[in-house]
Amino acid sequence: MNALPHDSEPGHHPDLAPPATNTGVVGWMKENLFSSPANAVLTLIAAYLIYALVPPVLNYFILDAVWLGDNSDVCRNETGGPIAAACWPFVKVWFKALMFYRYPTEELWRIYITYILFAGSLLALVLPGVPGKKWVALFLLTVFPVLCFYLYLGGSFGLARVETADWGGLFLTLVISVTGIVVSLPVGIILALGRRSKMPVVKAVCVAFIELWRGVPLITVLFMASVMFPLFMPEGVTFDKLLRVLIGVSLFSAAYMAEVVRGGLQAIPKGQFEGAMALGLNFPKMMVFIVMPQALKIVIPGIVNTFIGLFKDTTLVSVVGLFDFLGTVQSASSNPDWLGFLNTGYAFAALIYWIFCFSMSQYSQHIERKLHTGH
Amino acid sequence: MAAVDTTNPEAGPPKIALWNDPQARALFFQIIVLGGLLILGAFIVKNTMDNLERAGIASGFGFLNTTAGFAIGYSPFVHYDEKNTYLMSLTVGLLNTLLVAGLGIFFATIFGFIVGIARLSSNWLVAKMALVYIETMRNIPLLLQIFVWYFGVLRQLPGPRQSVVFSDTFFLNIRGLFSPKPLPQDGFSIVAVVFVIAIFGSIALNIWAKKRQNETGRIFPAISTSIALLIVLPLIAAALTGFPLLWEYPVLKGFNFRGGLEIPPELVSLTLALSTYTGAFIAENVRSGITSVNKGQTEAAYALGLRPGQTLRLVVIPQALRVIIPPVTSQYLNLTKNSSLAAAIAYPDIVLVFGGTVLMQTGQAVEIIAIVMAFYLFVSLVISMFMNWYNQKMALVER
Repeated sequence: MNALPHDSEPGHHPDLAPPATNTGVVGWMKENLFSSPANAVLTLIAAYLIYALVPPVLNYFILDAVWLGDNSDVCRNETGGPIAAACWPFVKVWFKALMFYRYPTEELWRIYITYILFAGSLLALVLPGVPGKKWVALFLLTVFPVLCFYLYLGGSFGLARVETADWGGLFLTLVISVTGIVVSLPVGIILALGRRSKMPVVKAVCVAFIELWRGVPLITVLFMASVMFPLFMPEGVTFDKLLRVLIGVSLFSAAYMAEVVRGGLQAIPKGQFEGAMALGLNFPKMMVFIVMPQALKIVIPGIVNTFIGLFKDTTLVSVVGLFDFLGTVQSASSNPDWLGFLNTGYAFAALIYWIFCFSMSQYSQHIERKLHTGH
Repeated sequence: MAAVDTTNPEAGPPKIALWNDPQARALFFQIIVLGGLLILGAFIVKNTMDNLERAGIASGFGFLNTTAGFAIGYSPFVHYDEKNTYLMSLTVGLLNTLLVAGLGIFFATIFGFIVGIARLSSNWLVAKMALVYIETMRNIPLLLQIFVWYFGVLRQLPGPRQSVVFSDTFFLNIRGLFSPKPLPQDGFSIVAVVFVIAIFGSIALNIWAKKRQNETGRIFPAISTSIALLIVLPLIAAALTGFPLLWEYPVLKGFNFRGGLEIPPELVSLTLALSTYTGAFIAENVRSGITSVNKGQTEAAYALGLRPGQTLRLVVIPQALRVIIPPVTSQYLNLTKNSSLAAAIAYPDIVLVFGGTVLMQTGQAVEIIAIVMAFYLFVSLVISMFMNWYNQKMALVER
């Protein structure tokens, strides 16, 4: 077998290794980067773009950046101006404000408790093979919000009251987006069922509601929530600003959730409904035990995607004067001591939002692949 | 018949209690829903009336004819000053929203198609760069991106004297983007008329070419002929009338540029942010549309002897567009709605001008929010109707 090619009998050539230019790094590059002249040109353009973009960004945010320090002086050059690079002490100094805004430091344990509970239940829901997922989900949708309400606001059970005006930062972003999704899920299910109903009045009301909210931008909904809700209430009834925004956001995302759930309902074969009716189940039982478990499972990716959209949209609440994560970044950057480090703040905010949204979208894609077992 | 009819005809359908009759139940339920909504509506209307009366605000749309008394920073299409009415400021805000939405849709479509195709490129580096672009853009909130473009980039540019210059015609500085402005001279209308004639001519040519191909099978190079028609005819007209279009270049005078087209930084950053953000979403739609076309289609087209360009144009794209159009429509709608974020960087769109300044001045919350919402609903409706029409036209290509 060690014979050289010219030594072997005709028809008995041994299997030779492919030429060196077709294997390994060189072969890979030949196939994927330089397969044709046009491809080679594209590769060179792309490589130039990377060369032009990546080193400056790397220098600005990592290599030239100031990493240690407790005030803005470490980030200033001889003339007192800000250095031309990121100033990470900005994040260190403002960390508590960016995360919790003016929430009293000695009361932060309340938030930590709910964070731990939330992360734990989420992990139990996401990890395969954990028993009792149904109960965990039920806990998250019912007991947990009530617990959060009493813990965050205080004023009862011997806890000091923390006004919602002091809530802010990433904490507020999470409060608004999670509340939005928890409220919008049941409301969205009801709306989706109403839209598919055979009762003309119910159907018309649901269609009108869904299309109205889906047709207008969230910012007008927030304006409406902040200027019109007070008008709708009888004299003397005042609404907390945060509560108004929460109602607006929840109604808005409920309309989107309704369409997601409707997609799931449409995917359930008619036989499932008929089978349930043949077994003598009434409408609520049919929905709770037969249809919804299947429909909601299909739309988990859609729900996660709605949540990602909602999470990104919460940035808009800063327009009506709440200090969400982006709002606190913006206000910290306008502090007279820290002028000129806006880019650092934006980079940090972008990183945090990206981590949240990217991991959620990866999870949703993972579920989609898992559910997509048909062909 | 008699053998089958064993039941007593007098009995009729089995009697059900009223509360178990599905129809009666449905009626009852709907009455409750309607009644509940009416009570809620009456409650809201009454409270609103009381509140407005207490605050001394007259309801109705009469305020639209009052003098506005405030200036708007940017109004490229109509003249507007403090003496104009609120109706006029509504018009300006509305046009500004349409302007930024139109620009955004135009650039987002271009970005989206380029990145979507790059994402499918056989070139590893290009495909991975497109992937990084998409995943970065999609996972960072739009408002943050607008802030980065506006506060992080355009507001940190130097003053007019140290402008960033692109080939001596475009100047970018903290005051915005300055570009040459076309100034039509006498006789420009002739060129415009010739151009319109060329458009109709090429439409007619395409119809004729399609008809001839259907009847005889012979292909007429209609597309290249129309392009030539569209370029050559107006060019001849322009040459005959002595090129009646002058360009007014921006010139640095004192501390700012005079002349030329001034595009404020708010509009530049908003357009950039909207189109790069939405472009990433459109890219994913384009990618899924193209991958949805079965590989057998391409192979069959090659087997029939079609060249790669023809395959793409006649086989792949018509089928891919059917998958691409519906999600891209909703991206256009999203972009239009997202253009309302203009309010955050003080670009005078309908939300900022009307929902902000006018609302603060007049206090007519109900009417103003209703007008703004109705405007967005109307735009959404128009875009989705147009795209539905286009979608139907494309769907017919199927068979």
